Amino acid sequence: MATAHQPPSTAPHHPAAGAADTAAPALESAFDAAVAADERIEPRDWMPDAYRATLVRQIAQHAHSEIIGMQPEANWITRAPSLRRKAILMAKVQDEAGHGLYLYSAAETLGASRDDLLDKLHSGRQKYSSIFNYPTLTWADVGAIGWLVDGAAITNQVPLCRCSYGPYARAMVRVCKEESFHQRQGYELLLALSRGTPAQHAMAQDAVDRWWWPSLMMFGPPDAESSHSEQSMIWKIKRHSNDELRQRFVDICVPQAESLGLTLPDPDLKWNEERGQHDFGAIDWSEFWSVLKGNGPCNEQRITQRRRAHEEGAWVREAAAAHAVKHSERKEATA
Amino acid sequence: MTPTPVSPASPGAGPAPTTTEAPALHAAALALGDDALVLSHRLGEWAGHAPVLEEEVALANIALDLLGQARVLLSLAGDEDELAYLREERAFRNLQLVEQPNGDFAHTIARQLYFSVYQTLLYGQLADTDSLLAPLAAKAVKEVAYHQDHAEQWTLRLGDGTAESHERMRRGLDALWRFTGEMFQPVPGLDLDWQGMREQWTARVTEVIEKATLSVPEGPQSGAWTAGAGREGLHTESFGRMLAEMQHLHRSHPGASW
Ligand SMILES: [Fe+2]
Ligand SMILES: [Fe+2]
Repeated sequence: MATAHQPPSTAPHHPAAGAADTAAPALESAFDAAVAADERIEPRDWMPDAYRATLVRQIAQHAHSEIIGMQPEANWITRAPSLRRKAILMAKVQDEAGHGLYLYSAAETLGASRDDLLDKLHSGRQKYSSIFNYPTLTWADVGAIGWLVDGAAITNQVPLCRCSYGPYARAMVRVCKEESFHQRQGYELLLALSRGTPAQHAMAQDAVDRWWWPSLMMFGPPDAESSHSEQSMIWKIKRHSNDELRQRFVDICVPQAESLGLTLPDPDLKWNEERGQHDFGAIDWSEFWSVLKGNGPCNEQRITQRRRAHEEGAWVREAAAAHAVKHSERKEATA
Repeated sequence: MTPTPVSPASPGAGPAPTTTEAPALHAAALALGDDALVLSHRLGEWAGHAPVLEEEVALANIALDLLGQARVLLSLAGDEDELAYLREERAFRNLQLVEQPNGDFAHTIARQLYFSVYQTLLYGQLADTDSLLAPLAAKAVKEVAYHQDHAEQWTLRLGDGTAESHERMRRGLDALWRFTGEMFQPVPGLDLDWQGMREQWTARVTEVIEKATLSVPEGPQSGAWTAGAGREGLHTESFGRMLAEMQHLHRSHPGASW
């Protein structure tokens, strides 16, 4: 979108005052037209405050999920049972940190600051994906997370590669590429277990039993109860409903579970010839809401670890900042 | 090396002329491989705990490089997973320096500084020999140059940052100093200039520490009875716990593949 550029001297975030009042309707209709024409909105383009706020909230929540999501998997780095698996897992956890970095950068293009967003995460004012409030109890959980959780993330995020906001869409292209590696690696890990000893097979089945339902909840509440969906669809931040994406994910997973030689823990799961899709059982939404409100098995633990890492790292960040100041002063002095 | 005539499980068993290098080569690969394996594991413990997101990425990068080196080296000495997961503490040949617990970020950086300068010099020399480890060294030398740069930059930031970071960096450098002498004990199978390496190491580390407004620790560079002990299989207490964690799952499923 190139039509509604703000001159850099005006305050692009607050079009409410003075002259902006008269400009707003024209800008707004240019914005609406660009979105309708599937053009990309770029950081310096005019955008409605609510659009900006929605994006910041969504991108921040996504970034927080990437960095909190490192914890359940990092839990197994020091115990990975072969050096090859250890290397794959370390690289995966590193990728998630990288995703966090791109996403915080994307949020910064909207005027947010990483420090401020982290404060909001640490104080509970912003959320992260509830899936990471479940524990990784065995090695097989690393595989189940890769296969199901990264798999669900991809299903959610592939449409975001066409999101109306340029920097977010571009970040998603890169992220999705890496998530699909993670998904395949998780699948391959589970396959090795499933075809391994009886104890390994049982470990894989147990992990899938525990992660299946929480993975379905990753798509968010049913469409009827989803609070932000409608406006996000109009803005092309969101392109498919929660239930559509959930259905797509179930249809992808069923044949993969068969190839894995593992079962999905849902007696009502069956192919519906008429719909050309799988029917599946009712999701326990009371569990979803309860975990979201803070009562999941690991909510407290995850946020405590995050906060502690941040607090214990404060002196390091202060030192780097102090050093940078000294360094630039010295440069100036010698210049 | 032709892999067929000698069994790695019985080094020194046969007098075949083509294999005289093998036991010493295995010992050298094991020593360097264990260094890389153990330090990679320690750095892996930082995942999810680093002071800033960029350092999650950087520390994981270094850990991954080291793990890659360890896998090549251990595979030269035998089966990588058997060697990593089924040896007892006393059979590991790594330096005591690399097994030291992470401590705070400054402590980790001090360990990185001491070790990465050593590894850069060692691989640099090794790459120019006709050793069978030379190709690995030639590739790794580029990786460890980055590790050294990372450690040096942080030593400067922390040493010449705030009063608190200065003090923490000083404590890290002091605490690990006594593990640095062991690095220059010649490793059998590596025909290198160990004395020259010690001199270059001391010169570089001194330069960085002084630039960071700190001073080179004054104490001895090895403990009284444990000098050179890591290379001989004598380790420090925390190492057993590290191995217990690292090996537990693998050992719980004998014969399983992953
Ligand atoms: Fe990710
Ligand atoms: Fe991922």
